[in-house]
Parts: sequence; structure tokens; C-alpha cells
Amino acid sequence: MKVRIPPTLRAATGGEREVPGSGDTVGELLDDLTSRFPALEGQLQYANVYVDGEDIRTLDELETPVRAGATVILLPAMAGGA
Amino acid sequence: MATYRELLNQAKGEIEEIDSTEGARLLESDDAPLFLDVREQDEWDQGIIPGALHIPRGSLESRVESRVDRDRAIVVYCSVGHRSAFAANTLEELGYDNVVNLAGGFTEWKRNGFPTELPRGLQEAQRTRYSRHLLIPEVGEEGQLRLLDSRILLIGAGGLGSPASLYLAAAGVGTLGIVDDDAVDATNLQRQIVHSTERLGESKAESAKRTIEALNPDVTVKTFQERLTSENADRILGEGWDVIVDGADNFPTRYLLNDASVWHGIPVVHGSIYRFEGQVTVFKPPARADGARGSRGPAVDGFAGDASSLAGPCYRCLFPQPPPPELAPSCAEGGVLGVLPGVVGSIQATEALKLALGIGDPLVGRLLLFDALAASFTEVSLRRDPACPVCGENPSITEYIDYVEFCSAVPTAGGRRAHA
Repeated sequence: MKVRIPPTLRAATGGEREVPGSGDTVGELLDDLTSRFPALEGQLQYANVYVDGEDIRTLDELETPVRAGATVILLPAMAGGA
Repeated sequence: MATYRELLNQAKGEIEEIDSTEGARLLESDDAPLFLDVREQDEWDQGIIPGALHIPRGSLESRVESRVDRDRAIVVYCSVGHRSAFAANTLEELGYDNVVNLAGGFTEWKRNGFPTELPRGLQEAQRTRYSRHLLIPEVGEEGQLRLLDSRILLIGAGGLGSPASLYLAAAGVGTLGIVDDDAVDATNLQRQIVHSTERLGESKAESAKRTIEALNPDVTVKTFQERLTSENADRILGEGWDVIVDGADNFPTRYLLNDASVWHGIPVVHGSIYRFEGQVTVFKPPARADGARGSRGPAVDGFAGDASSLAGPCYRCLFPQPPPPELAPSCAEGGVLGVLPGVVGSIQATEALKLALGIGDPLVGRLLLFDALAASFTEVSLRRDPACPVCGENPSITEYIDYVEFCSAVPTAGGRRAHA
């Protein structure tokens, strides 16, 4: 599956905008990401997670299943407007 | 080949007619029909039947469906009842089955002393200025008048507020409020197009006001040279706004604005930007039960398709609390492509105009993500959170919180103020 990394977290992924991920659930996927990109640790809790456009809070949270071809978006709040 | 007289008689044979006395009785009834005036603009300008809707005969077919529901009872009139006979016939062909023609037309109506009024309309210069709006069935003269009556508040006259305020002003939004306590700085000019080099050092709110007034004298600009705070939020929002455009550059203002807008029942068109990426959505709180707020009068008669009744999630449903400052760099720290706020702020202006006009499907419950480098738009769903601390079923936040900017998500000591 593909995971889109928001600009504020890209320092943790070596600047990558999109990284591959693995896992059967969102929880497993996030564990996979933090094991490969340790700098994400402690930052993911502030990001919303969308699986194919749906917020996992409206699905099964970390238990939400992720199919192989899914697109996962990590999305923290952005304040900038000026 | 048929003569005009034969065509008229044929049309009259296929429609129902009422006389002006019956028309006047219907006008006064509790369940008054829609009076549809199909005369030309110059005739309409001279006087109308009170409350009438104007669609000139020549554009009846193209415009009526977006303005009048098919089951609406309609009395069609023109000057003497001939053009309106053809119009009534056309309406029946279009599936309007509750249509009558006013025999004798406006001339007979006036002769009998029944009530008339001067139409509230655009002036000639306004018809020219807004001609490209008037040509759109979903806007038209009623929509343009509605925009001229609208009041939209912009939080920030910076990257997002620049294009948003310019387009809203150009569109003829009658009153724009601008909240910004900052001064124009040289680093702003790479993207903040409402300002200019000669305005360096000037108040941003005042600079935006001058640009807007030069662009469109129809717009009244109310400036607030202050930062939105717990102290002034009720005063500023309490001035009555139909829509707020959030172009703030920091989390404290965004959370404060969210809470204030929920409590005041005002929709917020939210936009944020960072480097090459932007987010846009509309937070549409439930309307206040007491109906307070907006300057909005009753909807313009015959204006179909009001989307404003939708209520959606708020900012705290999306992001329950601000991230820590090290994860929330501002444009000043992280940079922004100059044109990015042009795209995002223009989408905000689009949404604000749709809300003001009551047309289309607003970005309620949807967050639009724009990635300039990928040249892609992505949409994710937003849901109202029943456990939301502000707009949820049992709100835990009932007073303003002053978050300390760029420090932490912990409210300042004594930073809470009772919400009036």
C-alpha cells in the first residue's frame, strides 16, 4: 500500500512524499512505519489517518483493516495561512 | 403559416386566465402565488407587482427551472397580457401545471389601483459590472442583490486573505470585514497580492481596504486592526456575518475562531497552506436556535436550492487539539510557494460565494487537499464527532481558551474567559 507523508513529517522520512507500507491493519502499518522511520515516533498521534479517504476514527481506529492496494493519508493540522 | 393574432388566440386557448381583481385577491391571500414578470428590463424598472420575480420572456426557458419549483402556483404577467399568455403556455410545456395568466397585465392592474412597488434592482453601472454574474442562471440579478447584501468576515489579510478578499470584493459582496493586526512587510509581497510595495509598513487591514475600495466601490470594508482574541471574539463575530473566511496563520486563532463560530452559528471556510500543499473545507455549525447572527433577511422569493441548512463537523471534530509547536511550523518557518495561497484562497472565496448565494454543494464534511507539486486534488471525508468538545452532544469546552502561541497546547493560566 501507499502512505502519503504530510510535509511536516517528511523530515522523518528523508523527504519522501510517499512511502510504501505493510500491515493488515492501520496499527500494524503505523508500527511498520515507525520501525523504518524512528523519527516518526511520537508524531503520529497528532496526525489523522485516512484509509481510502475515510477517517479511521469513523472506522475501527487502529484495528481498521488495510487492503494491499489502499492509499493511506497521514494528516496533521496545518496552521499556516499567511 | 399563422398570424400573430392566431398564435395569441391559440396560446390563450390553452391557458387559464384571471383578471386583476382576482390577482389582487390572490396577492393578499395567505398562500399567495408567485407573480412572475416576463417584461423587459426597462418596463420592470418602472414598477412591478409587489414581490414579483423577474424573468424576461426571452430568457424564460433557460432561467425558470433554476429559479422556480414546478409545483409552485404562478401568476404570469406582462404589460397587457399578451406576452405573458405565450409565457404561460411555455411554462405549461415545461411542466409547470399551476400557471395562470393575468389578463390585462400590469397596465390593467395599475388602472384598477392595485398595489405596485418599485423593484429593488441593480443600477445600470452594476448591471454592467456584474454582467457575467447576471448571465449565470444560478446567480442572476437576485443572486447579485443577495451578494450585495452579504457580509463576509476575513480572518487575516495575508496569503489566503489576499486572493479571497479580492475575489469577494470583485464579486460584489457588499460588506467585508477584515481582522488583522499586522503591518505589510517586504516578505509578504511574494504572495500577499492585496498589498503592494508602496504599502510597506502600513496596516494590512487598511492596505486591503484601500485596494478593495479601488477595485469595487460597491463594497464597504470594515477593518479590525486587532488580533482575534477571547476578549474581542464576541464583539467582532457579534456584528453579524453570513460567512467567515479563515486565513489565520496560527493555531490559537484557528481554535478560538472555531469555538466562536460554533457558538455564533456562523459557517467558516477554512484554508491552510504549507510549502506546496493546502487544505480547504467548510465548517458549517448548526444555526443558532434563536436565529441570532447574520444580516440575512428572508431568502429572495423564487430563489431555489438553498444549501445552507446542512450542518457539518467543526475544526475540533477534525483536529481535537492543536499539535505541539515543533510539529506545527508556520509559513514563516517552513516557507510557502507564493502562488499556493492564490489557489487555496480562491477556493475559499468560491465556497464563501456559494454559501452566500445558497447554491451548489459546499465543502461541508469534505476536506480538499491540494498538492501543487503533484498537481493533484484529493478529498477525504470529515464527520461530525458526537464527542466533540465544542459542537458535540455534551460539550466540555464552553468558554474561550487562549492557547499560548507556539508554546504548548496547554491553556494559559487564567486564559479562559466565560463565553458571553
